[in-house]
Amino acid sequence: MSLEVQDLTIDIGERRVVDGVSFEVPDGARVGLIGESGSGKSLTALAILGLLPDGAHAGGSIRWNGREILGLPDRELAQLRGDEIGIVFQEPRTALNPIRTVGRQIAESVRIHEGLGRREAAARAVAEAARVALPDPERIVARFPHQLSGGQRQRVAIAMALACRPRLLIADEPTTALDVTIQAEILELLLSLVKDDGMSLVFITHDLAVLSQIATHGVVLEDGRVVEQAPVSHLLTAPQSAVTQGLLRDATATLWRPGGIA
Amino acid sequence: MTTMDAATPAPPEPRRPRSRWAWLGRLWRLSTGRFGLIVVAVVALTALVAGFWTPFDPQKVQISNRWAAPGWPNLLGTDGSGRDILSLLMAGARTTVFVAVGAGVIATVIGILLAALGALTARWVRESVAVLVDILIAFPVLLIAMMISAVWGGSLWVVIWAVGIGFGVNIARVTRPELRRVLQSDFVLAGRASGLTPSQNLVRHLLPNVAPVFIVQLSWAMAVAVLAEAGLSYLGFGAPVTEPSWGLLLAELQQFITVHPLSVLWPGLAITLTVLGLNLLGDGLREATDPTLSRSPFATRRARLHIPEVVS
Repeated sequence: MSLEVQDLTIDIGERRVVDGVSFEVPDGARVGLIGESGSGKSLTALAILGLLPDGAHAGGSIRWNGREILGLPDRELAQLRGDEIGIVFQEPRTALNPIRTVGRQIAESVRIHEGLGRREAAARAVAEAARVALPDPERIVARFPHQLSGGQRQRVAIAMALACRPRLLIADEPTTALDVTIQAEILELLLSLVKDDGMSLVFITHDLAVLSQIATHGVVLEDGRVVEQAPVSHLLTAPQSAVTQGLLRDATATLWRPGGIA
Repeated sequence: MTTMDAATPAPPEPRRPRSRWAWLGRLWRLSTGRFGLIVVAVVALTALVAGFWTPFDPQKVQISNRWAAPGWPNLLGTDGSGRDILSLLMAGARTTVFVAVGAGVIATVIGILLAALGALTARWVRESVAVLVDILIAFPVLLIAMMISAVWGGSLWVVIWAVGIGFGVNIARVTRPELRRVLQSDFVLAGRASGLTPSQNLVRHLLPNVAPVFIVQLSWAMAVAVLAEAGLSYLGFGAPVTEPSWGLLLAELQQFITVHPLSVLWPGLAITLTVLGLNLLGDGLREATDPTLSRSPFATRRARLHIPEVVS
């Protein structure tokens, strides 16, 4: 179950925003895409799931398990989404539907992919909520997103993405919108879930400190191009490109826990 | 969101299933919602009863008993040809319900269809639909009714189609940008990322989120249908004179307003209350179905107590 992105290009109108990005995520690997905003890392993530916005076109090759998934019809991609590849977005405030209960949203992908009925899905939602360490899971599944705190909402989003036990999780800056203490907890949770299930992870961030805690391998992007690809320890100790050196300076200025939490 | 598990004494179910009818309770607790619900229920019930029973035959002319004052047996009095006004009102309620529901259904179908076409399709289709809607919105309901009745003659269907088309376009105009806005939301993207197909996404995420706007528009459309039926029948485009209708009754009685002012009151009151009831019901429905606006004491207490906390 490996992901291979080769020579990926994304054009919006006449503008090429991602230009020849290649990287590989072997089974069980934790790879970080890192770069400043506008470097094309989020679009790369969306392209993997075929969720690019209107007007954006992708070229090159994305292979999942040896199968070319770039340019697959939406119907076939829909079968992969949530089932084999899950995604967590940056902003937990808007990533949940405000008028559906948390439990129904967690169980959504299970109902689609595993064909569970309403009752079984509700029971599953409770189990999934417990798995991401939401407090009082039986009660919390009956609540609406606005009744939850930011950290709890991000846990719900993670439960949604992992409900079907995907083989690959894409996390698009899942901790950026949270404050530092909760950020650490969410990272810890993600890491333990990813390790438990043995799934692969693509973690997107602009923060090298965060990356060092969760990923083993880093892909540094600038203006849609890969400028450096190396194990995270190399990026930290011997950064080659100017971008990485800049990111390293920014990272040391923020929360810094050497050795990570693993 | 209350534990109403009185029927099942067996093991305490840890999960509390949210009752599908909880919104009805919330609606009832709102004073506007309760008023609207009662008025609409009374009108609907009256229409139902009038289907097989009215105190008198509404079309029975009895010249000896013309302009009777309210009393027994003519509770609301009689009109200029001795017809019982209460019976006429009851029979007219059927027309009103028929027109309001018919116009509501047509407005819903046209509105949702145009809004979906104008929001979810390829760019050139949705832009053309938007322009079409902008053009159609320039035609007032009265003009549409006159055009339709010029071709097919006056009948209640003229009213239904005129209001249905007029307000369908209105609903599309208001719902389209809402749909566009919701479409940009992360949770729609998240829905697709969970594997929802576009149609599943429409039903589960998009339509429920535009429902508040839609419900208000729909209740307004139904209220306008009642008014339009009265107005168009009054003008002669709507119900034929043989059909009992509040508008026709008002038109007839209004000629004698200086002589018998009390008799004009009843159809006028019936129309006013029904329109008010529909409007308030729409308002109440919007409030009762939106969980983020929940006004139940329980919810506000919880909101007040809610402290964002660090959980581990």
